[in-house]
Amino acid sequence: MRNINYSNALAFSIIPIIAVSAPFAITGYRVDVLTNLLINIILVSSFRLITTTGGWSLAHIPMMGCGAYSSALLTSSLGVPFWLSLILSAAVAGLVGLIIGFPLARTKEFSFFVASFAAGEAIRLSWMRFKFPFGGHKGLTLPPPDLFENVSWLKFADFSEAVPYYFLTLIITGLCLFIMYRIDRSRLGNTWKAIESHEDLSKSVGINCTKYKVLALGCGSFFAGVAGVLLAHRLWAIEPYQFGFTTTLYLLVWVVFGGSHTFSGPIIGVVVLTFLAELLQPLAEWVPMIFGGIIILTLIFLPNGLESLPSKLKFHVGKSS
Amino acid sequence: MALLELYGLSKNFGKNQAVSDLDITVEKGQIRGLIGPNGSGKTTVFNLISGLLRPTSGKIIWQGRDITHLPPHKVARLGLARTFQLTAFFQDMTALENVIMCSHLQSGTTIWQQVWCNKKTKHKEIIIKNHALDLLDRMGIADIANERAGDLPHGHAAALGIANALAVEPQMILLDEPVGGMNPTETAETMARIKSLRDDGITVFLVEHDMKAVMTTCDVVTCINFGNKIAEGLPHEVCTHPEVMEAYLGGEVAECFL
Repeated sequence: MRNINYSNALAFSIIPIIAVSAPFAITGYRVDVLTNLLINIILVSSFRLITTTGGWSLAHIPMMGCGAYSSALLTSSLGVPFWLSLILSAAVAGLVGLIIGFPLARTKEFSFFVASFAAGEAIRLSWMRFKFPFGGHKGLTLPPPDLFENVSWLKFADFSEAVPYYFLTLIITGLCLFIMYRIDRSRLGNTWKAIESHEDLSKSVGINCTKYKVLALGCGSFFAGVAGVLLAHRLWAIEPYQFGFTTTLYLLVWVVFGGSHTFSGPIIGVVVLTFLAELLQPLAEWVPMIFGGIIILTLIFLPNGLESLPSKLKFHVGKSS
Repeated sequence: MALLELYGLSKNFGKNQAVSDLDITVEKGQIRGLIGPNGSGKTTVFNLISGLLRPTSGKIIWQGRDITHLPPHKVARLGLARTFQLTAFFQDMTALENVIMCSHLQSGTTIWQQVWCNKKTKHKEIIIKNHALDLLDRMGIADIANERAGDLPHGHAAALGIANALAVEPQMILLDEPVGGMNPTETAETMARIKSLRDDGITVFLVEHDMKAVMTTCDVVTCINFGNKIAEGLPHEVCTHPEVMEAYLGGEVAECFL
């Protein structure tokens, strides 16, 4: 049975073309906005991996911070090359995710919310509290990424520039999305969805729910760590306040707006809202308020997010004709 | 041979004693019924056996092994499956996906293999899919394999629940109100399916309100009220037992003589 979905095929052919040509069509800080968007795409997709088990972890942004801080320490203090640091830092974030996952997996719904928030804040406050090695309130500085330090012929691009860094981010984002998509479609991803749908039934057919929930937190945190590393190496400096609750709120807004039932939902959410924020640049001070309004309207009229719009429209068209 | 033995099983919810000092022995190859009025603790007994609840005291022995404190996923691994009242399926998946998901223990792939998804994994998933189709066919619902489980009519949904439990490849299956809310035709169909399970060598332990269904299907029936066992024996013995009649206030008991 071969079933080609034309709209999907169109999306898969057009999006890469736009993504590759975009940085040449725009200038200056806007390239950085796009880089940031890619990082946020990894962030929301990794967040969705966790939400498929039913828990909306408020510790996700601190997990991203774990990646950023690890990479800062590894590259600037220990001189680890960027590639290795990317993998190691993501692994550190994943490990921290697994560790906080053990207590968190035993909580549900509201208590999961509160417990994950507390766990995230505890991690963030420890960065503020310990001047060594985390630099306290001032945070840490780190060098722009050097792909392979001593190999001169590989220095084909200067990654402290915006455009080369955009392409580096693009490649890593593509890779991360591919892996996350595979996970989502695998038996593992389906098991997570089953746990969300009917936990008691999952348990009684032999699924170790605690193990799978912890694994989801670990997996999501790993990719959040990747996003953190990419963010840190673009900003060259990180501080605890970047990973505070405001950022978490933006993450929630993106996911609620886009919807979390499909893989593309949160990505659509973050893309649309980022472009909206760019369009509303003259009204920058009003953006949080506008976002607040958008969230209220979304929850009233599209409780399943933007992703449910096509099926809803189809339903209405079908009814009227 | 005794497959499942409960000794002095008790469960308290605060001051409320849901199950008290219950002894039940289920023999291999039986269809065993557990009846009792509303709120008599029948479902609690199932939740205790399957490990979703921990008993306050007492012992649960499965094939000579103490499973009193095992978590539910380990109980399932030993070959003891169960269904749930009303929704024993994953609503947003299709019927086929449901059974495939419930074949978790038979998947035979590690998490890495699942994500990597090489030829071997794909091959194993195909075997599981075919097995799942067989199970749906056995339950007589192969034609609705690709429909969303949440949209199925009640009779099909109940059959799907049993198919889900069978995917665990159990030796014994606990059915929680298999014919609850069904019309007489659906009830008769479901009861025929349950009998065919026993003929395939699966021991059945069921909780049911519908006295007529219980009386015509079960080999041995236990009646409990307020968590206490009040009668046990052959169906017609139990339904003529004075305490059972009292518990049910006559109404349904009279019906079972029809």
